[in-house]
Amino acid sequence: MDIAIDTSKSRYHVDKNGYYGRFGGAYVPEMLFPNVEELQTKYMEVLRDPDFQKEFEDLLRNYVGRPSPLYHAKRLSAKYGAKIYLKREDLNHTGAHKINNTVGQILFAKRLGKTRIIAETGAGQHGVATATVCALMGMECVVYMGEIDIERQAPNVARMKMLGATVVPATSGSKTLKDATNEAIRDWINNPLDTHYILGTAAGPHPYPDMVARFQSVISEEIKKQLKEQEGRENPDILIACIGGGSNAAGTYFHYLDVPEVKIVAVEAGGKGVHSGFSAATTQLGQIGIIHAAKTLLMQTDDGQIIEPHSISAGLDYPGIGPMHAHLYETGRATFLDATDEEALAAAYELSLLEGIIPAMESAHALAKLKDLELKPSDVVVLCLSGRGDKDLNTYIKHMKK
Amino acid sequence: MQNRIDQLFATKKQNILNIYCTAGFPELNDTLTVMKALEDNGVDIIELGMPFSDPLADGPVIQDSSSRALKNGMTIHKLFEQLEGFRDTIKVPVILMGYLNPVLRYGVEAFVEKCAAVGIDGLILPDLPMAEYESDYKAIFEKNNIDLIFLVTPETKEERIRKIDSLSKGFIYAVSSSSTTGKDKNMGNQEEYFEKLNSLQLKNPVMIGFGIKDKATFDAAASHASGAIIGTAFIKALENSSAGIPSTVKAFVENIREGKTIMI
Repeated sequence: MDIAIDTSKSRYHVDKNGYYGRFGGAYVPEMLFPNVEELQTKYMEVLRDPDFQKEFEDLLRNYVGRPSPLYHAKRLSAKYGAKIYLKREDLNHTGAHKINNTVGQILFAKRLGKTRIIAETGAGQHGVATATVCALMGMECVVYMGEIDIERQAPNVARMKMLGATVVPATSGSKTLKDATNEAIRDWINNPLDTHYILGTAAGPHPYPDMVARFQSVISEEIKKQLKEQEGRENPDILIACIGGGSNAAGTYFHYLDVPEVKIVAVEAGGKGVHSGFSAATTQLGQIGIIHAAKTLLMQTDDGQIIEPHSISAGLDYPGIGPMHAHLYETGRATFLDATDEEALAAAYELSLLEGIIPAMESAHALAKLKDLELKPSDVVVLCLSGRGDKDLNTYIKHMKK
Repeated sequence: MQNRIDQLFATKKQNILNIYCTAGFPELNDTLTVMKALEDNGVDIIELGMPFSDPLADGPVIQDSSSRALKNGMTIHKLFEQLEGFRDTIKVPVILMGYLNPVLRYGVEAFVEKCAAVGIDGLILPDLPMAEYESDYKAIFEKNNIDLIFLVTPETKEERIRKIDSLSKGFIYAVSSSSTTGKDKNMGNQEEYFEKLNSLQLKNPVMIGFGIKDKATFDAAASHASGAIIGTAFIKALENSSAGIPSTVKAFVENIREGKTIMI
């Protein structure tokens, strides 16, 4: 595995100052400066350490269950007229790609000598993944979750509690992911010495976007190897992933960013329609701004107040995107599409019936755009199925009755 | 022309009281009423908070006051409208405190120019990194004679404190403990930190903030620095007051200065 791969010559990866083009950086109040500086100075040193890599790989293989399969979805392929592979992150322990990052970060936190872990969660997948690795390592775990998300993701809340985590409701603002992230950052400000913040997505201050992308890059590394075995070539024609903050997308794209012949597609949550006032399609609705200490594209008012987004999926309900993705959008390296709540629901039912896989609501957004791509039968498409749909059953049942 | 903050520190060396209030709170048009009452009661510096939807460094009390101000309809444009002509009646230094995003959205240069035009003396932007200030914005602030006040905390290393001192103007905001605003942390064990700050012989005066709520905590903080900053306790007083703004402010300031009344 090569999580410490040299990306210094790439125009799509982070530069030495923590920026992706004009996006990124670390806009933290002084109270957090020492913490963030510690992460910045130590993360690559730790990631390069062969002992760390060995421990990380071992847990990914024997605890997470990697490599996750690259599944040739034949009925889905027949329907859309291309060769479609699903990268089965839904088969990981805890049911989503999130565990790749939390395994990496808990090992990192241990090396920093931290004893307490905090995290934010939207859909609950990152919260469960964090609670899981904290149980594994015997560390205290506090997860912040928006009050509304606590309601709509009840099974994941129960799992976190069973794993020994304290789930703290975020009651400010929209009571969703953005506010949970604010609360986690506040906790970190108040507990700067003993606490590591396991951020779940490729957003936040430098080095989080790059660190999370590297821990998730196991996805693209495996795709390369598995595609070589199954197709005789490492590169697909098209890569697709859904984007909220963008951690599964960052992992799916990581080793392909500098391979121009691979077309990269990102799917945002269109909500009830991009211009309906109920959307989370940041690249279309956002302008440059600062959220959670990073300069990126951000949904905001003319007065610079952050707009509360909407998506049927709690994991995509975020008014910004990670700075890497903002840069991929601005440079045109990735094509950004959006899927509405309705389209995502339809795609979830379709995958369930065609392939016997109930996808997470988040992943269903990526699936929903297969119909809008101009696909040729010879095209090899890899779609990151970031998580499984068990947690979304209530939403699925509710809409099936209609 | 000397900035009002510099004038103040040149003439008054101790017990400087800086009180924070959120613009547009409790009601949209209370901004100037609160400011005037603070001046009338002998407050030395007014720190005016620009409400933001996602104030990371603030605790629940100040965040709630921001949410309420935003609901009242407060915006940066509205605030500048309210501040138009305020120098006719208010003489003390006024500092705007807020987060970087709304300022970026307004345009940093336009914002700083507007501050100078209405009579603002300084800015506190806790999430503006020092390096970015130095490379992109310092010249704009200096040209407009607007002080940028940086924060230091007990965890800030000496080398960085010296760098902050070299870039700061007006004063340095010493956060009494690493925390969000309004967090009740014990200030008793911070003496070492304050003594360290004093021993560094910084060019800027030091004001201590976070966790100051009454005469005892104000006196304790002020004994280690030029003075202290109060935010959360004042917002709570405004929130819980039924006596009207002038009386509430009077009682609050008297309590800080003389320990006269008992505040809830």
